[in-house]
Amino acid sequence: MIDEGLQNEMKKQGVFTTSLQDLYNWGRKSSVWPLQFGLACCAIEMIAASMARFDISRFGAEVFRPSPRQADLMIVAGTVTKKMLPQVVRLYNQMPEPKYVIAMGACAISGGPFKEGYNVLKGVDRYLPVDVHIPGCPPRPEALLHALMTLQKKIETDALTGEKRPRHLQADAPSEFPIPEFGEHDLVPSKNEQLWKPAPVVRNE
Amino acid sequence: MSFSNSGNTGGETVIPSSDSPSLNGVTAAIDFDEPQKSYSLLPKQNSEVPGELLEVAMGPHHPSTHGVFRMDVVLDGERIVKLKPVFGYLHRNHEKIAEGTSYLGSIPYTDRLDYLCSMSNNWGYALTVEKLSGFQVPERAEYIRVIMAELTRLVNHICLVGFLMQDMGAMGTPLMYAFREREKILDLFEAASGARMMCNYLRFGGVRCDLPKGWLDEARKVVENFPRFLDEFEALLSGNEILIARAQGVGVLGKELAVNAGITGPMLRACGVNYDIRKVDKYGIYDRFDFRVPLGEHGDVFDRYMVRVLEMRESLKILKAALRDIPEGLIVDAKAKSRGLRPKVGEAYGRIEGPKGELGFYLISDGSANPYRYRVRPPSLINLTILEDMCLGLTIADAVIILGSVDIVLGEVDR
Amino acid sequence: MIPTLEQIKARIEQSVPGARLEIIPNGSPANQPSLLVSNEHAVDVAKFLRDDSELRLDYASNATGIDWLEKVVKEKVKVKRMVEGVEKELEETVEKKTPAYLEAVYHLYSMSLKHGPIVLRLRTENRTDKTHLPSLTPIWRSCEFQEREIFDLYGIIFDGHPDLRRILMWDAFKDFPMRRDYVAPDDYEYEPTPHDAVLEKAKCHFPIVETPEVKP
Repeated sequence: MIDEGLQNEMKKQGVFTTSLQDLYNWGRKSSVWPLQFGLACCAIEMIAASMARFDISRFGAEVFRPSPRQADLMIVAGTVTKKMLPQVVRLYNQMPEPKYVIAMGACAISGGPFKEGYNVLKGVDRYLPVDVHIPGCPPRPEALLHALMTLQKKIETDALTGEKRPRHLQADAPSEFPIPEFGEHDLVPSKNEQLWKPAPVVRNE
Repeated sequence: MSFSNSGNTGGETVIPSSDSPSLNGVTAAIDFDEPQKSYSLLPKQNSEVPGELLEVAMGPHHPSTHGVFRMDVVLDGERIVKLKPVFGYLHRNHEKIAEGTSYLGSIPYTDRLDYLCSMSNNWGYALTVEKLSGFQVPERAEYIRVIMAELTRLVNHICLVGFLMQDMGAMGTPLMYAFREREKILDLFEAASGARMMCNYLRFGGVRCDLPKGWLDEARKVVENFPRFLDEFEALLSGNEILIARAQGVGVLGKELAVNAGITGPMLRACGVNYDIRKVDKYGIYDRFDFRVPLGEHGDVFDRYMVRVLEMRESLKILKAALRDIPEGLIVDAKAKSRGLRPKVGEAYGRIEGPKGELGFYLISDGSANPYRYRVRPPSLINLTILEDMCLGLTIADAVIILGSVDIVLGEVDR
Repeated sequence: MIPTLEQIKARIEQSVPGARLEIIPNGSPANQPSLLVSNEHAVDVAKFLRDDSELRLDYASNATGIDWLEKVVKEKVKVKRMVEGVEKELEETVEKKTPAYLEAVYHLYSMSLKHGPIVLRLRTENRTDKTHLPSLTPIWRSCEFQEREIFDLYGIIFDGHPDLRRILMWDAFKDFPMRRDYVAPDDYEYEPTPHDAVLEKAKCHFPIVETPEVKP
């Protein structure tokens, strides 16, 4: 590792140095390919973000891939219903590592306005590890761009080695998650216990 | 069959004529009284050759299905032998939730039905509640509603044409043009209601807030510039050889079947049936405007495209007149009540001509603050009834554009 | 002009012998009364409405289900009673029970004559085991998906429907979620500050922590 001060000093002299880690992360963060995957209303805003006015290609993420095999980022744009969830998890499992998930909109975060529905999943993070949440119903395209930048910052700080290295560099970390099955009244199981633990109920008595 | 594979062969391009006898045979041979027979239209399967038919589940994740729609297709080579739509991947229990919510509380949910045209959905619901409780709407609010609904129609049709072209293989460009124009109209919505997509703007007996200062001038500018864009768009597309080759004579729908299957909106009018609820019911103040109803002749994909383009031009006429004549005045009727509304025991069915077809709401009141029954009549779902009839015998690539021309939004199909 | 519902009723009774019809009034200002049709003759009545030259109701716009639970209606009735040897007129409340049933409602329009709506209602015998109704899909194809939806969400079985399967929920699903007494699976998310019923529910599922006292 080059000392940061020395690096800056050399930069002034016209010599650029970098580390393998920085180079690797820079490459990854500048070409995040999202999965072309729209569920509901938020998908329209996702499309709007890729169109002329908002232009997601400024961030290297305009290559929407219809196939999960070629994508790095799953933008869960819209309400995840219980009928749709097995397919969502399957698509995630089919994506190659390293992969990231953005939960776009209130529905993907918690069920949103449709939380009371019998067929609505109360948050996609019950089954998938979510990296960035975007609140809003639907979030504006700017919010999606902000989420993308947040994700890029996260990628930038990934360590190649050591304890804190990300999941895709740990051989024993899970890359696929179990797909729930349709039950008679609900999905079985109704949540991934290893992934999601309910937040405690705050009681003020 | 003559309507086979147009344009894909590379060599000669056969432009199929819409009066091909085999096609008309398909649509006319259906006996309404015995619907099972309609499935016997399937070409005879050659059962001696095993493994010839291929079953493909197209969707729910597929770039051409406009959301989470799924078609279970049985293919013989590239031809469709059987097609069953599968729904429910976006079933968000709108009706159940609305039965536990107050009348006012359901308006934001109607935005999310057909999420491209929230203003029209608002109107359908507000109209039904007004019928149920007998509210009047002041003049200015009626004009605002007409302006918003017609702007919504522009947004919907322009997006549809963009998506349809995307399905035909024109990746990006027409859609990008369409979204550029859409953004201009969404700016108007945002200025009036505060939100781009989910406007939540109409109230029972009026609208939520008055138009901001200068809004009408901005709207006039948008409406004035829109025809120029439309001309450009049409110059690129309407005479385009690929569009003609792909769309003409594909997905033909007969008049009788269309009426019997409850098809509404531009799809019905592309078959040549003159039925526009704006003209038939004359809800709101539509009887004051001079506009024509564009009708198709063949009922194929190309006619559906043309009907929508012409409808946009008629909408612009309405918009011009409405923006000229809009009076000053109240925006909500003084007698109308939004909060704590408890209509008398009874029921009402109200409908409007949404951009996709007849959007109906059916409400039953039991005298309490929540509706006893709340039902949405979704045009997108019912327009899909004849998807199989239109696709049989055609190739899978044709099924994609036929689905595109039906104009569905999954939020409304599954609710 | 479209004839009134009374006239239509008389004409149906003429053309479809044996059909039992009843006009259900509608109290709202919408003024859309409806016609209750006996199940055995529903298909014949529907065919008459579609083909009659004056009505030509060729377009069934909306078909939907309704779940009516058992209702107790209290009515005040004047009764003559002997009280202490004198006949007096007394007011008594009588409880009337209306049985529970499921209902299918059809809104019919005419595209050729441009009038409507005529509202048809069909009722099942009860909501538990006798939930059969005749399907009107053979008359109006537009009912195909809507009747499937009613079957899915309410559990009304339409006899004569070409393809009666669940449409919105998955096939293994057992309940009928739009019925009034349906209980949704208990995966309700906690609220940040639950109270009353939600707090009770939350206590069963989620760990509870005492909030640390806020010191000023």
